[in-house]
Amino acid sequence: MAELINIRLGLEGSAFGSIAAAVIHALLLLHVVAVGALVFIWMERKIAGRIQDRLGPTRVGGKFGWLQTLADGLKLITKEDITPQNADKMLFKIAPYVSFAASYAAFLALPFADGWVANNVNSAVFFVLAVLGLEVFGVILAGYSSGSKWSLFGAIREAAQVVSYEVPLGLCVVVPVFLAGTMNLVTIGNMQAGYFTNWFVFHDIFTFGTFWIFFTCATASVNRAPFDLAEAESELVAGFHTEYSGLRWSFFFMAEYGSMFLVSGLGAILFFGGWHGPIPLMSILGLPESGVLGNYLANLAGCVNFMLKAVVGVTVMMWVRWTLPRLRIDQVITTCLKYCVPLASVCFIGAVGWQVLDLPSPSDWHLGTGPAYKVHEEWATHTNNSAASGADDRGPETTEQYQRESDQLLPPEPDDADKPLTGSSGSPRSLTATPLGQELSP
Amino acid sequence: MTSALLANISSDLFFIVFAGIACVFAVAVLLTSNIVRMAFYLVISLGATAGLFFLAGAEFVGAMQLMIYVGGTLVLLIFGVMLTAQSRFVNMRTHPRDWIMAIIVGGSLLMLLLTAAFRVPSWHEEQQVIAAASELEVADSKTATRLGLALSGVRVDKINADEQLKQGMSGYLLPFVIVSIHLLVVLIGAAYMARSKRMVRRTSEQAEDTTSS
Repeated sequence: MAELINIRLGLEGSAFGSIAAAVIHALLLLHVVAVGALVFIWMERKIAGRIQDRLGPTRVGGKFGWLQTLADGLKLITKEDITPQNADKMLFKIAPYVSFAASYAAFLALPFADGWVANNVNSAVFFVLAVLGLEVFGVILAGYSSGSKWSLFGAIREAAQVVSYEVPLGLCVVVPVFLAGTMNLVTIGNMQAGYFTNWFVFHDIFTFGTFWIFFTCATASVNRAPFDLAEAESELVAGFHTEYSGLRWSFFFMAEYGSMFLVSGLGAILFFGGWHGPIPLMSILGLPESGVLGNYLANLAGCVNFMLKAVVGVTVMMWVRWTLPRLRIDQVITTCLKYCVPLASVCFIGAVGWQVLDLPSPSDWHLGTGPAYKVHEEWATHTNNSAASGADDRGPETTEQYQRESDQLLPPEPDDADKPLTGSSGSPRSLTATPLGQELSP
Repeated sequence: MTSALLANISSDLFFIVFAGIACVFAVAVLLTSNIVRMAFYLVISLGATAGLFFLAGAEFVGAMQLMIYVGGTLVLLIFGVMLTAQSRFVNMRTHPRDWIMAIIVGGSLLMLLLTAAFRVPSWHEEQQVIAAASELEVADSKTATRLGLALSGVRVDKINADEQLKQGMSGYLLPFVIVSIHLLVVLIGAAYMARSKRMVRRTSEQAEDTTSS
């Protein structure tokens, strides 16, 4: 959106324009995290209430108690900010911000619709996982610097758990990445355009299994019940945040709800088509190709779609939290190493085999618009196009030579390069060089 | 013209900011005596280095830096500290003799790296080759795809190299796989050793039980 404004105002490419765009993106994402936390905490209270056969908040803000979180927030602001005597004061004070910053920074690469992403990172999947893994550092710092044994126990548990669960999580994420042939989340989302049969989760039986392992591991890696051993209030008082109070304490929770939304969104993009609904209503209406306004409306609907999917994921996490009892630490590690890792490996090998043997999958039906590499929004590709036009004066022999070299390595490319690549052809073909202008011409 | 200049200035500014953070906190790692604070400063320093990679457009390397160095190494470091610590907050006192040794070793390494860095010919002579390579559009990903191709032997940045040099480019796939299998063997070995100790003790206890009964 910021780029759109910049292009309209003619600020594109200037330092002021790029800094303004960065600020707008940062503020928008901050609102996703902060307002998201407000909504999710209220949702958590309501869902917990309903599951436990009570009403949950009902009074604040009129109906449904929808302002309950705001009241909680006001209460937290007025609380005293206590630092224990035994604490390592500097680390104790800075730890919540480390957690929050990690959770927030991962949103930089998360697209909300076709091209609606703060920074279109090429290896976005990898970036999101790497940054998300940093959140544990704030928790460890908090636990260690509190100078309390409960906090230390919680931190050690969290460290062991997150380090273990990164292995199966990585294995699961690789499956959609090789189906799409790219690590760019926007492209992965666009590859699943069309009807829901094109979603990677329905690609074959193994990807279907992969999603559930992904969701389990994601729940564990964001430290939610039944894997919330780091805060286990029945044994460790409150775990790593025992000594925290007031606003610092709430930063941990903003980070937690932010990460929940993040991994749910990641799951939605990787497996459930991202911003593409089960039925491509917008494409049937022809909105994405009908000029700037139609394009914008289609993307807005896509954004709502994506948010809905992510919120469903978050809701399932809450449902699980208030239904299942907490696991013991040995059970958590057993679940990871004895069940999740082997299952994820089997799913990985199975999905690769399915792809190599070219077994039938629903995405072969090509229902709907079909997968595409395109980013439809004009402004999102604007800077790329200008870069490509700047590259026109490159020597023709360079490109040819390069393509010849890559052809030696890769299987010969079928001559339907203009056709959108099908879901079953993700692997080596996407490595071949295609002129950017050809891909991006809307 | 002025806008391009401004963009240049802003990228230079961010470069200075990231490089400054990296350097300042690297020095802070040296100067503090508290191990966990050292780890924290190291995280900031390595994170700023990842920021430099992102600034240079090498997103894959930046994410790799975050994942491997900032994430993995420091979690391991903290484990090490926590498992070996005797008192609550571990403090290290450095003897002046160690300082001198460290300065000699570190300084010579720094000199070596600096001279090596300034002798890489393609970094200051063949600008056109790099420019041509960086203008190639490779499928979807500008940096990660090239890394993958280099792994399998196609060096996009060495397109204009002569044929004789090209025959020597074998790719990094085999060394990479060898190293990773080596690491896997080490990990399995470590797990086996940690496990076998307990097993041995249990069997010896059982043996004692049988002899005593």
